[in-house]
Amino acid sequence: MSGADAAGEAGRRDSAPEPGVRLSAALLKALKVAAVVVGLCTPIVLLETSQGIDNQLRLDWRVPLVAVLAGLAFLGSLVVTFGAPHVARFKAARARRPSIEVQPAAVTLAKIVAIALLVAYPFIAVMLAGFGGATKWIDNFGIQILIYVMLGWGLNVVVGLAGLLDLGYVAFYAVGAYSSALLAKTFGFSFWLVLPLAGILAALWGILLGFPVLRLRGDYLAIVTLAFGEIIRLVLINWVDVTNGNAGISGIPRPTFFGLPFNASDGGFAATFGLEFAPQHRVIFLYYLILALALLTAWATSRLRRLPVGRAWEALREDEIACRSLGIDTVKTKLTAFAIGAMFGGFAGAFFAARQGFISPESFVFMESAVILAIVVLGGMGSQIGVAIAAIVMIGGTELLRELDWTREVLGPAFDPTQYRMLLFGLAMVLMMLWKPRGLVSSRTPSIQLGEGNKAISGKLVKEGHG
Amino acid sequence: MSAAAASPRHYAPLRHVPLVAIEHMTMRFGGLTAVDDLSFEVRRGDITALIGPNGAGKTTVFNCITGFYKPSSGRIALASAEGVTSADVARVTRSGQRYHVNGNGGVFLLERMPDFEIAARARVARTFQNIRLFTGMTVLENLVVAQHNRLMHASGFSLLGLLGTAGYRRAERAAVERALYWLDTIGLTARADDPAGDLPYGDQRRLEIARAMCTDPVLLCLDEPAAGLNPRESADLNTLLRKIRDGHATSILLIEHDMSVVMEISDHVVVLEHGAKISDGTPDFVKNDPTVIAAYLGVDESEEPAAEAEIEAAQRRGARKAGGNGNGSGKPGTNGSPGGAR
Repeated sequence: MSGADAAGEAGRRDSAPEPGVRLSAALLKALKVAAVVVGLCTPIVLLETSQGIDNQLRLDWRVPLVAVLAGLAFLGSLVVTFGAPHVARFKAARARRPSIEVQPAAVTLAKIVAIALLVAYPFIAVMLAGFGGATKWIDNFGIQILIYVMLGWGLNVVVGLAGLLDLGYVAFYAVGAYSSALLAKTFGFSFWLVLPLAGILAALWGILLGFPVLRLRGDYLAIVTLAFGEIIRLVLINWVDVTNGNAGISGIPRPTFFGLPFNASDGGFAATFGLEFAPQHRVIFLYYLILALALLTAWATSRLRRLPVGRAWEALREDEIACRSLGIDTVKTKLTAFAIGAMFGGFAGAFFAARQGFISPESFVFMESAVILAIVVLGGMGSQIGVAIAAIVMIGGTELLRELDWTREVLGPAFDPTQYRMLLFGLAMVLMMLWKPRGLVSSRTPSIQLGEGNKAISGKLVKEGHG
Repeated sequence: MSAAAASPRHYAPLRHVPLVAIEHMTMRFGGLTAVDDLSFEVRRGDITALIGPNGAGKTTVFNCITGFYKPSSGRIALASAEGVTSADVARVTRSGQRYHVNGNGGVFLLERMPDFEIAARARVARTFQNIRLFTGMTVLENLVVAQHNRLMHASGFSLLGLLGTAGYRRAERAAVERALYWLDTIGLTARADDPAGDLPYGDQRRLEIARAMCTDPVLLCLDEPAAGLNPRESADLNTLLRKIRDGHATSILLIEHDMSVVMEISDHVVVLEHGAKISDGTPDFVKNDPTVIAAYLGVDESEEPAAEAEIEAAQRRGARKAGGNGNGSGKPGTNGSPGGAR
């Protein structure tokens, strides 16, 4: 064994014992961890106060709960100790991977299959769940997820490509929703006229916000965009004459099938096509509408990435000073990123208003911005596939928790899985940070190349941007 | 050496007319005067080297020329049109405009222009002391991004490009051709599709120069292009810079510490110390200039008064002299230059 090997061996033994050899040490460490957990739990978990029937304060001892927590800590410590060498090996193997690879042709095939599945999804849902049961799957899962996929792809332009951290993206979503609702209700414009107008108005707001804000960088930009999101929401709440305040706007005209309303009338969609009227027609139509909008977003973004403006966005994320030295007007470039991201947010907002028929400031809280940003970050900045997967996991996962009624039979009737949503998100984020700090898809596809094959640049070389 | 010192101070004959005239430029950072009343010219078709000890203000001068800093006072006039007279420059200065375009070139007052406009309109390109490539983008992408403004026009500000019109596709092909020309020149054609961050250091330096050249500049500013290069890479760099000077309508201004590079390829050398010019001329002239030797090597205490007088005369201003051991002159520097910068 060479000296280097010996040193490596020693280093490995330091960080993680081989099972069997240092089992006693690992057990001792796990015991210590469990003891710390018991110590921490004694004041905050062990004792619970509750009110007895005679209105007196009662002290309950929750020994089993503490025992379970200590046991979990014990097992967790063992897992970490024995898992560490495997994690280190995995990381070393990943570091050795070349920084540019040719993507297998299967990736392109997978994209086509995914789009085909998306198009077929409502029919699959109807076949599996029946016409009545499919509504939930198309509306709560399909449409809801696709709205966030579209928002994620829109924000991806700003955060993923241009590297500008925007914490107030929901503001543009709100501008789109309110402008479309107000235009439709006040002037009686149809959805198809209102949709582009909402996008344009949102883009204008993006530029308006951008002008004063984009000289800021990094944390400062994030804070100001956060403030902008809140300003928009507060204006919506307080400008009662126009927005109807907290009560929101109701009775927003529903989108029609190119002029045919989805109702039971003779001129309606069902009657015209000789179908029996069913409310599901509208849901399926809305599904295809948001699918088309989302695919438009994806197409436009991937197209723009291969144009000078998109390359300038990515160059801006890589190095702003170098951009300026090459004659790129960074302010204009940032503004275009902001405007285009905002425009897609506006489209999504207009769709949201038309789908709900009712909007209120409640729908545009900071939490929404955070969820959209989390989707972009988890997906891998700049990657469309990653963002779509992250949206499915985050939004679909939330919806799926509502379906877990069987857990009550195991854990008692008081158990509500949806209450653990944020905890699960948090756990997922922590695991992602450990496992894939740059998101699900961290590699970057070059926007132009000489050779054959779809290449992908490893995320370790791609910068995240800093403002 | 003594003969050179005895000869009258003159600007060694240079081949070409001025491209950039830096006149009475001063740059203050709060109380610190980094560049003090500096005037020199960059002549067309020359390789001009800006040398001087560490902290002499070379990079500050660069940042002022390329617009990354705004000089506190003074004028930086770039005249890229043929036959521009000082009267023309004076007219633009009086008019309050930032620049006046005239055919293929024009008069550009760089001290009034923001950095990206200097690169885009006055066509001054630069590289950086610590390489600033777009590491996550491929070598080819780096060179195509550099042609942003030309491609932006061709893509109809993205509208025509989004539709994929023939005009835009032609422009993009031309951009790739130009990139390939420079890749061929620096010998990196085989690595066109590799991420720039993956290249070895010397290749990154050359790629940064190629990227700057893709903007089609009239003036290329290189900040220590030979830093960190081995002798073979240095020699390659010299060849590349000569090729740029001789084969393209690009003049070069470079900061360099590697004297083998400076003396071998420069046509004109300007020496700075403590923010002031102490010598200006051909490499041979500068090499033998006692002021330069004193600034670089220091002088014996016995020779100090003589050397001091020499420097005073050279600077014609009260820039603090650098004695053999610390501050030999009794009076504090009027330019507040940082001490111990040698």
